[in-house]
Amino acid sequence: MSPKSLSGSRNIRAFTLGLPLGWLILLAFLPCLIVLAISLVEARIGTPPYEPLFTKGSGLLPRINATADNYIRLVTDPLYLDAFLSSIRIAAISSLLTLLLAYPMAYAIARAKKTTRALLLMLVILPFWTSFLIRVYAWTGLLNSNGLINNALVKLGLIAEPLPLLHTDFAVHLGIVYSYLPFMVLPIYAVLEQLDWTLIEAAEDLGASPLKAFWRITLPLSLPGIVAGLLLVFIPAVGEFIIPDLLGGPDTLMVGHLLWTEFFNNHDWPMASALAIALLVLVLTPAMIVYHLRRRGEAAS
Amino acid sequence: MPLLYVPIAILILYSFNDSQLVSVWSHFSTRWYGELFKNAQMREAAWLSFSIATISATASTVLGTAAAFALRSMRPSPGRSLFEGLLMVPLILPEVLTGLAMLLLFVFLGEAIGWPRTRGTATIAIAHITFGMAYAAVLIRARLSQQDPVLEEAAADLGATPWRIFWRVSLPLLAPALIAAWLLAFTLSLDDVVISSFVTGPGASTLPIVVLSSVRLGVSPQINALASLLVLFVAVLMIAATLVLRSSSRQKHG
Repeated sequence: MSPKSLSGSRNIRAFTLGLPLGWLILLAFLPCLIVLAISLVEARIGTPPYEPLFTKGSGLLPRINATADNYIRLVTDPLYLDAFLSSIRIAAISSLLTLLLAYPMAYAIARAKKTTRALLLMLVILPFWTSFLIRVYAWTGLLNSNGLINNALVKLGLIAEPLPLLHTDFAVHLGIVYSYLPFMVLPIYAVLEQLDWTLIEAAEDLGASPLKAFWRITLPLSLPGIVAGLLLVFIPAVGEFIIPDLLGGPDTLMVGHLLWTEFFNNHDWPMASALAIALLVLVLTPAMIVYHLRRRGEAAS
Repeated sequence: MPLLYVPIAILILYSFNDSQLVSVWSHFSTRWYGELFKNAQMREAAWLSFSIATISATASTVLGTAAAFALRSMRPSPGRSLFEGLLMVPLILPEVLTGLAMLLLFVFLGEAIGWPRTRGTATIAIAHITFGMAYAAVLIRARLSQQDPVLEEAAADLGATPWRIFWRVSLPLLAPALIAAWLLAFTLSLDDVVISSFVTGPGASTLPIVVLSSVRLGVSPQINALASLLVLFVAVLMIAATLVLRSSSRQKHG
């Protein structure tokens, strides 16, 4: 009997499909639609702090009070545009830095003995299980002007005054690289682990230097892992809130943080919603591009 | 690689520092742990966080299991791809967006059907279940795809009803993945601050919400103590789970 007929029983099917599907429609799909709706209305003072999208019209049809004002502000007010550009820049640079750090780690793990591999992988994954908030917070104590790093540098006589490390863009990049490192190591490791190493041996037998063999064979073959890793770091980093909030300075502009400020400090729910929709587009675009490239690649091969 | 652990190790070390100044070491003391346990706000927040995490991890595992079984029984079709995509939504959306979207939904529902009248424990738990089930489904699906259907087929050939096969064969085989999924959903719930901040209401401050608001004012020795306890708690949980899973797999093979 195949798994299909196993679940052929109707009530099992209704339970296994209906419950999660209903939950997701109500709590993942519908909320996104509501964000879209609220992004199209004006803010007001009251509860809730936005104008209704539909009001009673003269005839049978309701009147629609949609406005594009929030989106016009989004593209004309330099604050929002700067926030988007700076989020993309910070997330892109951090993803590349993570790659530079993660690739050698993934390579070393893939080439390690089978018995040590599991241990090394575990060491990379384990911090992921401890609180994200605590991992980011831990850096504030290290980067402080009277924190451990500055104290050590002053004592060693390397610097006279404490360096401004905390509340800078530098700290934000560091926080992203540190927090999302496993997301880059794992997909690259997964590809390298499957790699046919006899190809490299063959290249070296034919006279290629180890560097050339790496450049022409290993690296191109690990490209799928690299792309997956870059996405897995870029997507959460670009909308990050905690890292810029705790490690960033007053000049650090990131969309996720700006959305939070619009919502909690300015109580501008419609503007926060418009930012959320723009952020959604920003997150989905790279994911879609890669998805289509991969599809085309599969179709071609 | 040990460098990954330095920030947390130093945090734990300095939680035993007697000085009020966090970065100046005076001498070893458990003073901040004492003050932490006397802090009523922290105790309440801890209780709330652990209750929410337990409820949402359990519900996430049930829903994630259901989703994994549903996907296994479906043939490739546009409907299946749509369901799969919907299941990915909570994994891809930035937390600020999920938080805002959930809050707007609860406000909308409150006006439309009168529930929820106030936000708090229930709304936080519902939000946590939504992302928890998506993570749980990933783990359970991975395990389910490796599972040999031959045992379920044998049970069916011997006349077991589908429900009986589900409870007596499929689920026990999945146990390691279920434990892992529950633990992941539990720790994710225990850690969430962004989404909780959006969907919470008066009086419902989870541990991470209390931590964030105090951390934004600067480094505090009491928070160092709390953070160390949380790290220790998760570490013990992980080690226990690993040992349980290892002994159960040894029984099976040995």
